[in-house]
Amino acid sequence: MSSRTNIALSVRGLSKAYSIAHEQEKHPTLAETLLHRVRQPFRRAAKETFWALKDVSFDIQKGDVVGVIGRNGAGKSTLLKILSRITEPTSGVIKLYGRIGSLLEVGTGFHPELTGRENIYLNGQILGMRRKEIDKQFDAIVDFSGVEKFLDTPVKRYSSGMYVRLAFAVAAHLQTEILIIDEVLAVGDVEFQKKCMGKMKDVSTNEGRTVLFVSHNLSALESLCKSAILLRAGTVDTTGGIHDVISRYFSDASDNANGQFDLRSHPARARGYDPQITEVRTLRSDGRASGEFFATGTMTIEIDIAPKNIIHEPRVAIAIEDQSGRRIMTTATYFSARPFHKEGAEQFTARCVIPKLNLGEGRYLISVSCSDKLAGMLDSVDGAAWIDIKWDNAYQSSEAYNPVYGPVLCNADWSVKND
Amino acid sequence: MKISNSVGSDGSHRLDPPALEEAGGEDASTDWPQPHLVIEPKAGWVALDIGEIWRFRDLLFTLAGRDLKLRYKQTALGVIWVIMQPLMGALIFAFVFGTVAKLPSGGVPYVVFSFAGLLGWNYFNGVLSKVGNCLVGNSHLISKVFFPRLVLPLSTIGSTLVDFAAAAGMMAVLMVFYRVAPSPLLLLFPLWMLLLTALALGVGLITAALAVSYRDIQYIVPVFTQFLLYASPVAYSVDAVPARVRWVYLLNPLTPPLEAMRSSLLGTTFPGTGSLAVAAAWSVGFLLVGLYSFKRMERSFADVI
Repeated sequence: MSSRTNIALSVRGLSKAYSIAHEQEKHPTLAETLLHRVRQPFRRAAKETFWALKDVSFDIQKGDVVGVIGRNGAGKSTLLKILSRITEPTSGVIKLYGRIGSLLEVGTGFHPELTGRENIYLNGQILGMRRKEIDKQFDAIVDFSGVEKFLDTPVKRYSSGMYVRLAFAVAAHLQTEILIIDEVLAVGDVEFQKKCMGKMKDVSTNEGRTVLFVSHNLSALESLCKSAILLRAGTVDTTGGIHDVISRYFSDASDNANGQFDLRSHPARARGYDPQITEVRTLRSDGRASGEFFATGTMTIEIDIAPKNIIHEPRVAIAIEDQSGRRIMTTATYFSARPFHKEGAEQFTARCVIPKLNLGEGRYLISVSCSDKLAGMLDSVDGAAWIDIKWDNAYQSSEAYNPVYGPVLCNADWSVKND
Repeated sequence: MKISNSVGSDGSHRLDPPALEEAGGEDASTDWPQPHLVIEPKAGWVALDIGEIWRFRDLLFTLAGRDLKLRYKQTALGVIWVIMQPLMGALIFAFVFGTVAKLPSGGVPYVVFSFAGLLGWNYFNGVLSKVGNCLVGNSHLISKVFFPRLVLPLSTIGSTLVDFAAAAGMMAVLMVFYRVAPSPLLLLFPLWMLLLTALALGVGLITAALAVSYRDIQYIVPVFTQFLLYASPVAYSVDAVPARVRWVYLLNPLTPPLEAMRSSLLGTTFPGTGSLAVAAAWSVGFLLVGLYSFKRMERSFADVI
């Protein structure tokens, strides 16, 4: 349990509401607002309140490295923005026991016309460093970035790789007791990414600082963090060890592995949509529902849709994501020349056959959505289903699959070219 | 597991650890350490956190330096433009108002006379327009990092002051060239600058805060300042205004400090302490309203911008 003297950060009852004005009520110019007030002096614009965060509470101990996980729209960015004081909470209290620094993007405030040296100072100070602190770290920053030769060149002449390296180098030398990091891990080329990850590990483990990581890259989080917070629809779903939380994140999809996913009350349904996609089934070539497929096997996906209103032309889409949350592929009815036609309000089933999956071993999430050509989005469920890919010796050699090869298998013919 | 989630995810009831208590006195009675920083919604008038701005003073100066560097990068003549612009303006005014319209200039060559007017006016206009644009122009910073938002408008004063210093140097050159001796009131010059700064900052803060939601402001302000340029004694002196409409000039809080500036430099008619006091009241009033509206809107900048 938490000890009081060792606390780094405590969040209590944190909520953030955004009010969304309806399209016809929006007044982007002063004149329109005034005109509206004159016409309807007593009517306030009808506004919908959207709770990006609702009653979020947690404690983080000093020296902890905590990942924040959640699907798009779960409230991760809002939480980060409140913690870094960019925006104010609607209610709730955060107590920070130490200086806080946040890196919501690399190179904030970098100006293309300024030199590398000038940008180091500008960016460092924008991140909250004092001039003297930057003086002290200047050599380390330059050394880490590897752009010492171009320090007095305007950064607009930098290659994008150099630019990003310099930006990350400044950020990595921010010396606050509490650090918030958002999606900055994946910058630069592979070589530099490794260096970044190493630096992140140093920062979080060796230097004994408290770090909050937010990333879609679950494998990066898994290697950096000990514990995690899972956000869902603006509330804290789970807190605990990183492995437990990640598996909880995946089990969002459903717990039954038999290839049948009931979506009528799915937690990851995009907010504001009524359940109209009722079920997803993943079928093997023999027509049997299953959660397991071979790497080069055939998969048929069936999506049951029960439209609430009359639909004119449904547009159904399927996306496959890997374990780190990265989208691998998307297919949709409108990606093909063959018309996909269905009119009316009765229930129907969309059927998609993927003749050869060509995916590497591991677990994949399937997201589905359905929109109408005229009415727009009807329903969307992230991670509606999941499948496990088994290795079936797809290389047809004794070579085993390794995740570093990437998730997509390639149909390739190798031969020696003879003249 | 080190994270403790003290609130049920259903949110139906929450445990109340001592940290939840609002009053500071509650903290002292428990063994909770004193937090470094508390983030919570702020209501109503938010105190100006001078201490926080002071902590970010390095950034304030760096931003001012950035403004200066960027303004004259890739220009062939660079800082010379700071002098050329008012000089050309002064020459045009001297021709139109001095040579063609033959307005009085208190015995001072008209170029020097109108340059002295433009000196104060350009400073006022520079602060006003740059403060007005500082939030919209730095929206990428506002939505990505925290720093006291007041650092942005304050930094523009710094860079405008440098421009002013260059133009003031030119003023000295002109005075030597035309053999015009300054008045002993020159010692009070910083006071007139203070009045102009307060007024420009106040009006600028109001427009900056409004521009976040209504970009219209960006189009209104230049029209307004162009009107103000001719409604203020920049190109001519108040002495040239017919006595029966001169009272209108008292309504313009720019008139007394501009006239006082010129009087300090060239020994022309002094506006009188009464009207200066009224102008000072206007300036302080605008500054307070400006600070209030800026601080009030500050909370929602990142959500709206």
